[in-house]
Amino acid sequence: MMDELKNQAQSVVDLAMKLGASAADGFVREEDSFSVRVRKGDVETLKEAVSRSLRLRIFLGRKVASSQTSDLSPAVVDRLVKETIEMAQLISDDESSGLPDHSFFPMQLADLNLADPSWEELTPEDRIDLARRAEAAAAAADVSITNSDGGAFEWERSRTVLVNSLGFAGAYESTMGYVASSPIAERNGAMQQDSWFSIGRHRHQLETPEEVGQRAAQRVLRRVGARRISTCVVPVVFDPLTARTLVKHIFEAVSGDAIYRKRSFLAGKLGESIAGKKVNLVDDALRVGGLGSRPFDDEGVETQITSIVESGTLQNYLHSAYTGRRLSVRPTGNGTRTGSGSIAVGPTNFYMQPGETSEEEIIASVKTGLYVIELMGSGVNLVNGDYSRGATGIWIENGKLTYPVHEITIAGNLREMLQGISMVGNDIVFLGSVCSPSVKIDSMTVSGE
Amino acid sequence: MHSSIFLTTHGVTTQDLENYLAAALERGGDYADLFFELKINHSITFEEHILKGATKAVNLGVGVRVLSGEKTGYAYSEDLNRNSVLKAAKTAAFIAKSASAGGTLKIDSPKLREHDLYSMASLPADLEIGAKLLLLRQADEAAHAYDKRIQQVQATYVDETRHILLVTSDGRCVWDVQPMVRLNVLCMAEENGSRQTGHQGAGGRQTLEIFRDTLDPRNLAREAARQAIQLLSAADAPAGTMEVVLGPGWPGILLHEAIGHGLEADFNRKRTSAFSGLVGQRVASDLCTVVDDGTIPLRRGSLNIDDEGNPTKQTVLIEKGVLQGYLQDRLNSKLMKADVTGNGRRQGYDHVPLPRMTNTFMLAGQSTPDEIIRSVKKGLYAGHFGGGQVDITSGKFVFSASEAYLIEDGKLTSPVRGASLIGDGPTVLKQVSMVGNDLQLDQGIGICGKEGQSIPVGVGLPTIKIQEITVGGTRR
Repeated sequence: MMDELKNQAQSVVDLAMKLGASAADGFVREEDSFSVRVRKGDVETLKEAVSRSLRLRIFLGRKVASSQTSDLSPAVVDRLVKETIEMAQLISDDESSGLPDHSFFPMQLADLNLADPSWEELTPEDRIDLARRAEAAAAAADVSITNSDGGAFEWERSRTVLVNSLGFAGAYESTMGYVASSPIAERNGAMQQDSWFSIGRHRHQLETPEEVGQRAAQRVLRRVGARRISTCVVPVVFDPLTARTLVKHIFEAVSGDAIYRKRSFLAGKLGESIAGKKVNLVDDALRVGGLGSRPFDDEGVETQITSIVESGTLQNYLHSAYTGRRLSVRPTGNGTRTGSGSIAVGPTNFYMQPGETSEEEIIASVKTGLYVIELMGSGVNLVNGDYSRGATGIWIENGKLTYPVHEITIAGNLREMLQGISMVGNDIVFLGSVCSPSVKIDSMTVSGE
Repeated sequence: MHSSIFLTTHGVTTQDLENYLAAALERGGDYADLFFELKINHSITFEEHILKGATKAVNLGVGVRVLSGEKTGYAYSEDLNRNSVLKAAKTAAFIAKSASAGGTLKIDSPKLREHDLYSMASLPADLEIGAKLLLLRQADEAAHAYDKRIQQVQATYVDETRHILLVTSDGRCVWDVQPMVRLNVLCMAEENGSRQTGHQGAGGRQTLEIFRDTLDPRNLAREAARQAIQLLSAADAPAGTMEVVLGPGWPGILLHEAIGHGLEADFNRKRTSAFSGLVGQRVASDLCTVVDDGTIPLRRGSLNIDDEGNPTKQTVLIEKGVLQGYLQDRLNSKLMKADVTGNGRRQGYDHVPLPRMTNTFMLAGQSTPDEIIRSVKKGLYAGHFGGGQVDITSGKFVFSASEAYLIEDGKLTSPVRGASLIGDGPTVLKQVSMVGNDLQLDQGIGICGKEGQSIPVGVGLPTIKIQEITVGGTRR
């Protein structure tokens, strides 16, 4: 199977070179996927498919164009190669453009243990049952859970192949399973929904559906009876799910794409203190069994562990071959294929390293403040750090969680927010390629009534 | 074009369609449909005074859906060869378990869609790159010429040509070809180490002729540049509840988030929406009439047929403050015993259709925009927005202003930086105390996300005044 995909990528690169490209790469991904959503015990949607996509870059000297197709019939692929070459002819020269230098390709591929064949032992009925159990566990947790957005199970196996005209050819396989539960609770006619999920490359990494359902129930029950509060300036504690949105903003702000364009509040800050002393951040492509792990990036560069922030000081930005050349540094193995075949900088396992305090200790350190459990909207400006988002949370008084609050916003500027991180929790959960433990920010504006 | 591209050039026959549907229903589903899609996308990016990138994407596939009661089975194939599509049909059929319904299906020859909202004579897929490049050059030059503090300009052009063919087990066989173009300009201004950006975009279901007059790339570029420059001198936004005036056009994102999503039928059938059970009740002031209309020619959110083959419609969601009904797709309309409204949409062949919006807007009222602003003693005027989001179940929604001004004694005074506004969907429109006579639809830039599926939509609004809503700035 891998050989077939490799041959497909190789033949596209060969054709591009024959038709006059000076360099080319072909990226093929095949995904086998299964998903089921169960609601009130019955299957609601069941979906299964195999999909393939070919993504292609063609270079004519320092010009580049890219393309993508799900139609892999030879006639369509041949025509697409020709059209991509024609597009490249019209592009302007860009001196940083080109394949990565061959010295960046891995000599041999790290074994990151990304695939678990034992998922395939699960029959469709087994998979439906996982979703059903996750939903049922939440429903059974409390009488105020009156409705459901369902339980879900998803599985995917993906095979990735990259071939380029410098002689690199690599492939890897990965699997992923996911269980989720989304209960709805009601009190006095006001409904609240929340969810919890578990995700992993290996079966043993997943929480049981009962654990997922019970945790989803706890999460929704704590929102019931939410009220509004008055505008104030207080410490804000982010739970691991909301904290990872902050970490995502940091990723976007250290991405080479944003840095070379100066479209980041962290541009020009290497070596400077950008966050509280307890903040350590890393991009680690080599985590064994990690959701963002990969042996080489989507243009063939060997992946690595890159320190981003150490004790609050900014250490490195993340780069593709292009942004590395633009800024005269090595690529960091973060080249990521966009849907249209071009390369952008993407995270691998980008996370804030856990600290030593528990979530309870962090909450206990707050006299009056907000514990944030949901953030909404797009009010983040990475160019200057302005931050304003809708929030739902639980009010903290005298170091204890009290009542839920909603219809509020939290606002500040990311520069000051990151400097204001004074506590980092020990409670990181790896739920994707960007993760965080709980964090406390000393002061933000909470806007309400 | 006299017939669908799938029959004329991809070799699909009427007999094939009948066979696929028969396979989809072999385990006794209530209904099955086939969704053939060919989507061709182009993009070019002009940045740092040069054409930096060009991309092309071709996506072809067929999705097979089988409905059995409330259950949906779904599979797709990216290969139109007979064995692959039959395999997908049998996979989708797995959902149904009763004995075969039997009988034979008869497919009529394909019909062209009932509306004629956009041209099929010239399609974006056939455009030469030179003409697109010219538009981006014009935008780049105009933005840089606007002010020397404009340090960076990124102009992007994207287009899509989408062929679809719908075949259903209740005998519908319809096809459409849906064009789309869009142009975006992003400007970054810099002064004394402070950086601000401005964005402006426009588009619709046309080709390049749309980029004239106010949508001329030079005008879009000047507007993006103006926003970036204006923000350089902006103060922090205020925090707390206050009177807010929303400008016309794109601020209609308020309706999309606060009202539209909560009125999609799936959430209401499952009673997971904050609007569940509120039909016939007052959810807005009597100044408010809100519609979803997929039949406006050339608009980004318009469609001749939805992705289940039904013609789009104008659906009144709120009439003079009273909730009228929901946005329906086939599955939910059957289960709720309501009429379809032509709102079944999907991102592509690899996704199930869901009830979704098309163009969602509020009808014009009587007040002039000037009267509305003059009526505010102390408040906020917001004219440009980024994105928004809603929690369907609690009804809380946000939308983020990217350019706003303080209103003091009936006049716009200092510009303020971006801030999110948060409110409650089922009650926010009760706070609407004035509605302007200046309804505008947005310029054709909206993208709506739901359950991992992104689709183009439109919004619209006249100038309106909201008596009280929470503004998420930092200045108390």
